[in-house]
Amino acid sequence: MSRVVDIQDLTITFDTDAGPVRAVRGVSLHVEPGEVLAVVGESGSGKTVTARSILGLLPSTAQTSGAVLLSRPDGSAPHDVTTLSGADLRAVRGRDAAMVFQEPSSVLNPVFPVGWQIAEGLRAHGGLSRAEARERAIDVLRRVGIPDPEHRVDHYPHQFSGGQKQRIVIAQALVLNPSLIIADEPTTALDVTVQAEILDLLRRLPAEFGTAVVLITHNMGVVADLADRVAVMYDGEIVEQASVADLFAAPQHAYTRALLDAVPRVGGLRLRDRSESAEASLARKVVDRDGPAVVEARGLRITYPGRLRTPGFTAVDGVDLRIGPGEVVGLVGESGSGKTTIGRAIGGLTPVSEGSLEVLGIEMNGVRERRFRPVRKRIGFVFQDPATSFNPLLTIAQCIAEPLVVHGVAASPHAARGRVDELLEAVQLPRAFGDRFPHELSGGQRQRASLARALALDPELLIADEPTSALDVSVQARVLDLFARLQSELGFACLFISHDLAVVDLLADRIMVLHRGLVVEEGTGDDVLGAPQHPYTQRLLASLPVPDPVEQAARRTAWEATRA
Amino acid sequence: MTSTTTSEPTDVDPAPLPGTTKTGPRKSGGGLGRYLLVRFLLIFPTILILVTTVFVMMRATGDPITAALGGRLPPDQLAERIHSAGYDRPVLVQYLDYLGSILRGDFGTTISDHRPVTEVLLTYGTATLELAAYALVVAFLVGIPLGRIAAARRDRGVDATLRISAVVVYATPVFFAGILLKLVFSVWLDWLPVAGRATTGTEIQLQRHGAGTGIYLIDAISTGDPAAVQDVLEHAILPALALGLLTAGVFLRLVRTNVIGTLSTGYVEAARSRGVHERRLLRKHAWRPALVPIITVIGLQIAMLLAGAVLTETTFEWKGLGFQLVQYLLARDFVAVQGLVALLAVIVAVTNFLVDVVAALVDPRIRY
Repeated sequence: MSRVVDIQDLTITFDTDAGPVRAVRGVSLHVEPGEVLAVVGESGSGKTVTARSILGLLPSTAQTSGAVLLSRPDGSAPHDVTTLSGADLRAVRGRDAAMVFQEPSSVLNPVFPVGWQIAEGLRAHGGLSRAEARERAIDVLRRVGIPDPEHRVDHYPHQFSGGQKQRIVIAQALVLNPSLIIADEPTTALDVTVQAEILDLLRRLPAEFGTAVVLITHNMGVVADLADRVAVMYDGEIVEQASVADLFAAPQHAYTRALLDAVPRVGGLRLRDRSESAEASLARKVVDRDGPAVVEARGLRITYPGRLRTPGFTAVDGVDLRIGPGEVVGLVGESGSGKTTIGRAIGGLTPVSEGSLEVLGIEMNGVRERRFRPVRKRIGFVFQDPATSFNPLLTIAQCIAEPLVVHGVAASPHAARGRVDELLEAVQLPRAFGDRFPHELSGGQRQRASLARALALDPELLIADEPTSALDVSVQARVLDLFARLQSELGFACLFISHDLAVVDLLADRIMVLHRGLVVEEGTGDDVLGAPQHPYTQRLLASLPVPDPVEQAARRTAWEATRA
Repeated sequence: MTSTTTSEPTDVDPAPLPGTTKTGPRKSGGGLGRYLLVRFLLIFPTILILVTTVFVMMRATGDPITAALGGRLPPDQLAERIHSAGYDRPVLVQYLDYLGSILRGDFGTTISDHRPVTEVLLTYGTATLELAAYALVVAFLVGIPLGRIAAARRDRGVDATLRISAVVVYATPVFFAGILLKLVFSVWLDWLPVAGRATTGTEIQLQRHGAGTGIYLIDAISTGDPAAVQDVLEHAILPALALGLLTAGVFLRLVRTNVIGTLSTGYVEAARSRGVHERRLLRKHAWRPALVPIITVIGLQIAMLLAGAVLTETTFEWKGLGFQLVQYLLARDFVAVQGLVALLAVIVAVTNFLVDVVAALVDPRIRY
């Protein structure tokens, strides 16, 4: 049988102000009918650009050489997509291959009903009446698992949950009957339990819809779960191609091995244990672990008020929590679980509604800013997105110096430069980076600078809200390593907030699992993740795809059993 | 479809978990009816605040009688007039009295020409409304299509030309643009009349045979005389252009920015990936979501349009509220000014309500 898509010696160059950039260099790939090919690599590796070239979806600054041969459903000779334009290109898009994008909330048009949006693709390829198109939209919604599709077809995107939105995005692609679906990070924006549902749907596509899938992802767990074959991309080239079993069992290329090593695994060696054994000689701050708690919450409730007499939203619904001196507490949960709200309340950024929350000896329920202000300097914050947590107009040194200046430790950013250089060194950034602007640093470098800023005042408590979830796996590994080392050196207590069980397991002394504003389980990593008691924790763990195809196959069977 | 059919977003949840209570996602709260009711009720406090502000500002300079007639009447007569009009009572009493009469639809009597303010409003308000409507039509017909073209041809020659023209147009003071238009089209080319809403002959004809709405175009059509309609329209062209083009410049840039924003969104790219034609992407997929912020700003622009009408009416001797407002200001007739400003405030508040209604119709996130 002929290949669904056959990419031959593809090179893509972008014209930029700084001269041409070769994003893809001599890539050759092919997909057999009904096959799932995963293309993995870090941001900037060229995996997305390669995938988009299949549909001719490249910006006008891109220059392409080589061929992208896309088969046609009627079996006639394949098109070379790189040579198509205008109406010919539009005819190919969606019909021969369709794309599923990353962020379902941003790829659905907020002002049109989902049925209309599904029918829009059918309309573009013609030949159907309005009633027929609607019929097809309802049918495909049912097949991707949207309940009550006759009714839901007229609803707008915001009336669906994140997982349902991704189902609708997949339905938009499926309704056109393409022989290939290109899924670009289809589950990255979703919670673990929702991700498991979407992966299940994607896995059924080849058998039920007869489509092959090109899966673009950086998540090795997703690869292990879904792919038949894997292509590893690095710096615009394919460094390795193998069947999924071979790749995980015997990675050939050094980069593939490094990539697999960098993936955090639940129950793996903890960073803190590792650093303790390897760097036992390092100077460590002695912390009285049994001293008074840094944070102590009892029956903490946080409610966001509703508008105009509508009921408010209770984000945190009676949580007890204790962080001892020098202790790292991992707070895990999915979106909407209240984990960020708790972090913000401890940092004095969100008021406490009910119950008691003591932070460094100050009761936060009804606290006045004036009383809390001296405490603020003892708390450091690391935010999720390093791109937006720096003022783009200030240099890195000025940003890091800001807490020193605000709290009167230094008279000016200039006077603080000595301390800033120390901090840069501590987070393993060259001193010269202090004079750069945030946009001149990579994501990992910015997040290290962000850590330096949080540690500027030598805080007793650090609140880290998803500090590595915007980073690539290998970068994340380096940042987490650094984090663990600094924590054991400086001895600060830490609330580490994450949706990623494996990351939390790496760092935390104690883990709390949060679900809809409640702590459902609490204990050491071994207890909570090794022998979870609460069904939600169990489901969370079962949903997490592990980067090992054999183990993942077994887990998938177990997961399917939990749904039945 | 009504709000009652809205179901809460729910993920597939295999089994309710023990020890957890289900807290649903945040509700939008009450649907379209409730939303519109709240918006409608908000008109009243808005008007109250505006009317109060005008009242306080007017009284801060003393009583209206002294302001208008002070120095022209002997002190004892002045005092007598002030007493009979009730301006020697405590300010709070006057204020409540004023609010009470507004509720009854009585805005007082002008001092300079002894006409009920209500009558002034009815006579000249329609003229202003007509001018603003013409200007809005010009702004829509020019600003929106050109804004869409500029967005589609982003950063190319057409776009640059349109953007520069837009800046030039809206940076030009309306009276200057008006004088320029008059100079070219009335004086040099002699194509269009210099000023006024119609020739005297037509005005008399409209008063005798027209429908009496005060909106000249409707009155002229109702007479069935094509010459009258033509005359009214010829008079309207230049003021409508002067005021409308100014607003069109704002609309152009507004539409361009918002459409460029939506053209680069994921959902437009996703539709493109399914083979939807570029033209349809621009006209449907990118246009509808861009409309939401555009409508909001257009609502604010209508208030600006009324402010612009004051200058336009003066430039073209268009006998509307703005023209009359200037006359009363010059005569220091604060009763009249207070009434006119209060009316403008009501118009702006009602317009904002209408804008909210239209925004709700365009944006389903407000509706549900």
